[in-house]
Amino acid sequence: MELADIAIKFGLIIVIFAISLVVAMYSTYAERKIAAFFQDRVGPNRAGPFGILQPLADGAKMFMKEEIIPTNATGFLFIVGPSLAILTACIGSAVIPWGQNLVIGDRTIPLQVTDINVGILYIFGVVSLGVYGVMIGGWASNNKYSLLGAIRAASQNISYEISMGLSIIALLMVTGTLSLGEIAAQQHGWHWNVIYQPLGFLIFMICAFAETNRTPFDLPECETELVGGYHTEYSSMKLGFYLFAEYINMFISSAVMATLYWGGYNYPGMDWVAAHVGPVIGPLIGTIVLFGKIFMFIFFFMWVRWTIPRFRYDQLMDLGWKTLIPLAIANIVLTGIFITFFN
Amino acid sequence: MESLSNKKKQLEIKPLNFWERAYLPAIVKGLSITLKHFFKKPVTIKYPEEKREFSENYRGMHSLKRDEQGRERCTACGLCALSCPAEAITMTAAERQKGEEHLYREEKYAAVYEINMLRCIFCGLCEEACPKEAIYLDGDIIPSDYLRKDFIYGKDKLVESPLNQ
Repeated sequence: MELADIAIKFGLIIVIFAISLVVAMYSTYAERKIAAFFQDRVGPNRAGPFGILQPLADGAKMFMKEEIIPTNATGFLFIVGPSLAILTACIGSAVIPWGQNLVIGDRTIPLQVTDINVGILYIFGVVSLGVYGVMIGGWASNNKYSLLGAIRAASQNISYEISMGLSIIALLMVTGTLSLGEIAAQQHGWHWNVIYQPLGFLIFMICAFAETNRTPFDLPECETELVGGYHTEYSSMKLGFYLFAEYINMFISSAVMATLYWGGYNYPGMDWVAAHVGPVIGPLIGTIVLFGKIFMFIFFFMWVRWTIPRFRYDQLMDLGWKTLIPLAIANIVLTGIFITFFN
Repeated sequence: MESLSNKKKQLEIKPLNFWERAYLPAIVKGLSITLKHFFKKPVTIKYPEEKREFSENYRGMHSLKRDEQGRERCTACGLCALSCPAEAITMTAAERQKGEEHLYREEKYAAVYEINMLRCIFCGLCEEACPKEAIYLDGDIIPSDYLRKDFIYGKDKLVESPLNQ
């Protein structure tokens, strides 16, 4: 690998990192604004035009707040918790293909940090690591509500990871590869996987809601029962990290859903567009399309949040174990039958 | 048991059918309802910039009126203070001096007139009690402030501005 390649890779990492942080930051603003629109309100509109500086003001506030570590908390783990949460949220973006290869002169620049051949497994590993941040934070707080929230988060994530994995298996049977780059490339034009795997996508999306602890599966932090859930004892930027990690997770899981099922950077008529605007602008349009899909999913996350009330805990477990897992298994069987008889 | 009023209605609880148990159609319905609200005009009135229209008999901040020649009407009789159920009004009377006829209408006037806006309940009994038609609650909403002492409004804030301005 030449030095220039390394520099390009490094730049790409920084750009993706910055983009995911900015998107997460403005997701907080979007969430409040969208919530307001759904409730016939205006939303934040004081900081800057249309309240556009609100996330900065929130961030500044978070930094200024007093840092409180409870006397009985386990000091080291108390700090490790939020760090782990934001770390695992950030490293998930490494395997997502953000666009086709850029061709500038005789150099090809892949818009993917690394195309490892087990990309999906990597995402799964990172997602399941994410629960450690919540679990450690809840445990280290030495508070019963935090612990209850953490236990809920852990059991919820474990339950829904199973059906998520099963829904992915059906997708793998269709695509035949674990590499996200190849999966995205296979969906060229309009051959999106959601057409072949509608049930799989539905299961995957429900599980993604559960994995990111979003409503209707936000039991780990449900205020009405658990004060604040696992982050009850957290203050200042450590709390900010937890909240931020949730939004980054939402961004990453939207990106994964868009890549796996909704064609990633592909859109109908992309060949025609690429032939007309050249090898640099073409892939960039694909990237914009991918971000459009991601933002649609983020909007959908928020839309659902302001529509559906929270599940009861036994309903959550019922849905996960008695409905989604059998459905996912049925989906695998159906996919197998279709592949055997129609291909 | 036989119902005495015959108003008792036996409700039948039907078991949920498949689509109701599937829960997804209900979610889609809910989502469409919220989406309708997404495109509705917000009902918010952005208060300091926009104001809701007041009704004609709205009782807001007090103002001490002047007569046609710009003289203060108040004679410091104290009837408003006496009628005030919240005891928000105090005043100190003074005698009009020579050469002040253009300022005060009668021989006696209020040298100090204070209303504690934190005590005031905006009932309007002071304006009913006033024999000189000197006080009316025709003003705006009392603005918020940080200190209690700043809510005691003196004549500088209460008296109407002079006519020729």
